[in-house]
Amino acid sequence: MADKKTDKDARQPIVRVVDLVKSFGGRVVLDGVNLEVYPGETLVIMGGSGCGKSTVLRHMVGSLFPDTGHVELLGSDLNDLDEPGLNALRLRFGILFQSGALFNSMTVGDNVALPLREHTDLDAQTIEIMVKIKLELVGLREAEDLMPAEISGGMKKRAGLARAIALDPEILFYDEPSAGLDPVTSAEIDQLMMDLTGKLGVSSVVVTHEMDSAFRIADRMAMLDRGVILKVAPRSEFEALRDGPESGDERQDLIRQFLRGDSEGPITARRLSTGYEDDILEAAGAP
Amino acid sequence: MNGRDGQPSFVHSLGARVLGLVSYVGGLVLLLGAALRLSWQGALGRRASREAAAYQMVRVGVRSLGIVSLVQLFIGVILALQMAPPLEPLGQLDKISMIIGVAGFRMLGPIITGVVLSGFAGASIAAEIGTMVVAEEIEALQAHALNPVRFLVVPRVLATFVMMVLLTVIANCMIALGGYLTSMWVLGSQVSEHYWENMQTQLRIRDFVSGLIMAGVFGLLISLIACYEGLRVRGGAEGVGRATTMTVVYSIVGIVGAACVFTAIFYVFKF
Repeated sequence: MADKKTDKDARQPIVRVVDLVKSFGGRVVLDGVNLEVYPGETLVIMGGSGCGKSTVLRHMVGSLFPDTGHVELLGSDLNDLDEPGLNALRLRFGILFQSGALFNSMTVGDNVALPLREHTDLDAQTIEIMVKIKLELVGLREAEDLMPAEISGGMKKRAGLARAIALDPEILFYDEPSAGLDPVTSAEIDQLMMDLTGKLGVSSVVVTHEMDSAFRIADRMAMLDRGVILKVAPRSEFEALRDGPESGDERQDLIRQFLRGDSEGPITARRLSTGYEDDILEAAGAP
Repeated sequence: MNGRDGQPSFVHSLGARVLGLVSYVGGLVLLLGAALRLSWQGALGRRASREAAAYQMVRVGVRSLGIVSLVQLFIGVILALQMAPPLEPLGQLDKISMIIGVAGFRMLGPIITGVVLSGFAGASIAAEIGTMVVAEEIEALQAHALNPVRFLVVPRVLATFVMMVLLTVIANCMIALGGYLTSMWVLGSQVSEHYWENMQTQLRIRDFVSGLIMAGVFGLLISLIACYEGLRVRGGAEGVGRATTMTVVYSIVGIVGAACVFTAIFYVFKF
């Protein structure tokens, strides 16, 4: 374990989030987030709905920019890049969107072919072969000529993944890969993500609140709560925390409640203790 | 700048509206600028982009051909029937084609075509792009280093611009034809006999050209408003519905406003 850590420290991170602060309309969504992703690993960012985990992801891929702090991706500071620079970088990573985000006016095959047609000088025949290879990787070769509206949610995610790996990216970002999928399909997608990481040697950043999925795929995990990172650690540490006894430390217990999906604990207590009586009295017009 | 009762004062709300209008128009101008810049940089150079533009031309122009023709034929009939009663006592009924020609070519051809196209093409472009925003497709385009303006706006603006001009040529013909058929069947042969001849003596090339200039501007207005509204969509299906409605409303206001400005300019410069 200790060896692995030293080894990791020796390597340069390919994604580095430094003191990231972001607010929307006066509400602070991210309050000083620091994260690092190392080559070849899968980092899972987890947290409850609205905790800001998707916002972190959007900063990592350059669709949002921080109020203060910065994000380094593949050695470049995103704040310093102009649009062409950002576009050059975008060719080196892929994103799987929550809904798959396929272009609905194109067939599945054309969706995968689009990045190849737009960003390479390959001839049509080569592109056709590459599309078949990418679709086969995600187990979707038979759906090449179907429209996105004709395939299921799980297939859309697979197709979105095939499109994300079209240009052989170095990093893959996944936004809630198992959201809205049944457990079996969700497990299949997880398996697919692990296979791709193994086969292509890419690094992955996964945002999710599905704990089964998170524990299956993660090398390291980060727990985000109310815009703050509570803990970043290897999966084994989170497993130990999940399976261990209550510690009395509020932060630890809060993470444990989330990992176990318990209905009682610090998270729910926090929700219930926010001035309910005052709310009611105020609504009733009491002085 | 709130009033005494805590409500925004008249000045405040007027200022907010003016500011809103300025920023909206500014947004349209910036979008046009980006579309022109990208076209200049070869957004239409790739075969796929040309195919996209051609597809949009079919969608915007060819599919609306029937409805534009029908509406403009009616306009010709209406003009003939409404102008006949005041002209007849003056013994000027045979001049009806001159009025139809000038009114149709200069104004009604482009304006009515623009209004039809704002519903036919503008609304569907706004709904389409708005739905793409909601489905994260725009973000996916950006994530693949594809500029949404180059990819979506340029072909649609180009197609609407070209088709608006071409449709107006056809619209002009249909207005003239509507007037001719009415003359032939309702007003009598003494009117229809010299119908085309009289129209040619009155119509000058500048009547035709001024109408087409306006048509081109209307085409830009409709497509820019539609794309802008579509790209600005927030909040799901409701946002898409709002964008669609606003596209039609703003397009019609924009078309009539631009027509007014152009008419004034043409009047001053005697064009």
